[in-house]
Amino acid sequence: MSKKPSKGGAPALDMTPMVDLAFLLVTFFMLTASFRMAEPVVVDPPSSIGKVDLPDNHVMVTIDEKGRAFFGISNPSAKMSALRIMSTKYNVPFTEEQIIKFSGLPSFGVDLKDLPAYIDTKEDARKDFRGPSGRGQTGVPLDTITPNNQLKDWIAIGAGEAVKMYDAARRDAADKAVEFKAKKPVYAIKCDASTKYIYVKDVIKTFTDLKLYQFNLITSLEGGGTIIEPER
Amino acid sequence: MAEIQEGGGGQKGGKKRAKKQSTRIDMTPMVDLAFLLLTFFVLTATFSKPKSMELTFPAPPPIDKKQDEVKNGITFLLSKDDRIFYYEGEFKVADDAVKGPKTTLKELNFSRESLRKYLLDKSKVMQDQILALKTKFEKNQLVDTAYKRMVRDVKADQKSYTYLIKTDDKATFKNVIDVIDELNYNAVGKYVMVDILKPELDLVLEKVGIN
Repeated sequence: MSKKPSKGGAPALDMTPMVDLAFLLVTFFMLTASFRMAEPVVVDPPSSIGKVDLPDNHVMVTIDEKGRAFFGISNPSAKMSALRIMSTKYNVPFTEEQIIKFSGLPSFGVDLKDLPAYIDTKEDARKDFRGPSGRGQTGVPLDTITPNNQLKDWIAIGAGEAVKMYDAARRDAADKAVEFKAKKPVYAIKCDASTKYIYVKDVIKTFTDLKLYQFNLITSLEGGGTIIEPER
Repeated sequence: MAEIQEGGGGQKGGKKRAKKQSTRIDMTPMVDLAFLLLTFFVLTATFSKPKSMELTFPAPPPIDKKQDEVKNGITFLLSKDDRIFYYEGEFKVADDAVKGPKTTLKELNFSRESLRKYLLDKSKVMQDQILALKTKFEKNQLVDTAYKRMVRDVKADQKSYTYLIKTDDKATFKNVIDVIDELNYNAVGKYVMVDILKPELDLVLEKVGIN
């Protein structure tokens, strides 16, 4: 080939290795990808030297800069049964479709009364959501004074359901004598770096009122944007 | 563009050409697709799992029981604009003949030379002891079980400090995480998050101003 004088014709290039590589990468990303819906708020957690990965099984409260609380459970079936219980407790009806759709949602930050409408809203319209009550995403109510501490109920019921499912799964595994690797659900709190600590304190108070004392505070890895860097 | 088929021309022996030709397929659409998928997955991939910091809060003490006095306490008070104050020992509202003078706040900041240096100084005695034990151990003057036990004893020593972290209304979550980070890293002792008391808050406000 080298002898061939370069004509005006098209040059040939062996693309096989490139295609191989491209497909290898595609396969890798396909297998590692875990799809996640956009969170209702963007929260930029502070960095720390903590190296513990957040366990997959968690009950998470996200607090944004303005102090709004968003609630989420990682386990979809626990989420569904928690919604069923909440629905009866607060007398807010949900259709079966809504409950199923809810299990796929990331965290949410609306009053339970607005939740059916919120679930029915299209994903890209949720940002500007206005509920029937005229309020938008005001965060899950967590007043510690008025008896409208929905967050507390969500945590109590959600955590209860998550633990129940975990226990059931463990028993099931024990019956079948299969190895059981899943971890007990943990309570995660995710806050923006600039969130005022008093908002966090309110949420922590809600947890401790329920006799839950151990938390995983979500942080990003150390490096960039922080004043303190570890040595040694 | 994988292999553009050159139609006809230029080659000799027109008879055999038909055999040689067209064993190759045009790969362009496949490559296009592969890269499209690749781009999609790269962009949607959520790689790193979030990291987390485990923290246990104290259970509130039973109402009828008085809270234990904290010995060797160092209290950090966090406020706005990343300011951090501390005082050592008990809080004293006014000068006291027995307990000593009234508490005043000293200021630190989140830099290496300030907060970290302070913490390292505080735990210096213990760090030195541990270091001394370590040199002994390395010179084979101690067996490893004894060494481990002694290090543990040093850490559990009564002289080690309890760090109390308190915040006012304006301190951010980042400040709290940074202090806990530094304590995890540089200090020997325990730490705990506590609610701020009114007289402490007043002192902080005096320093930073009401607004």
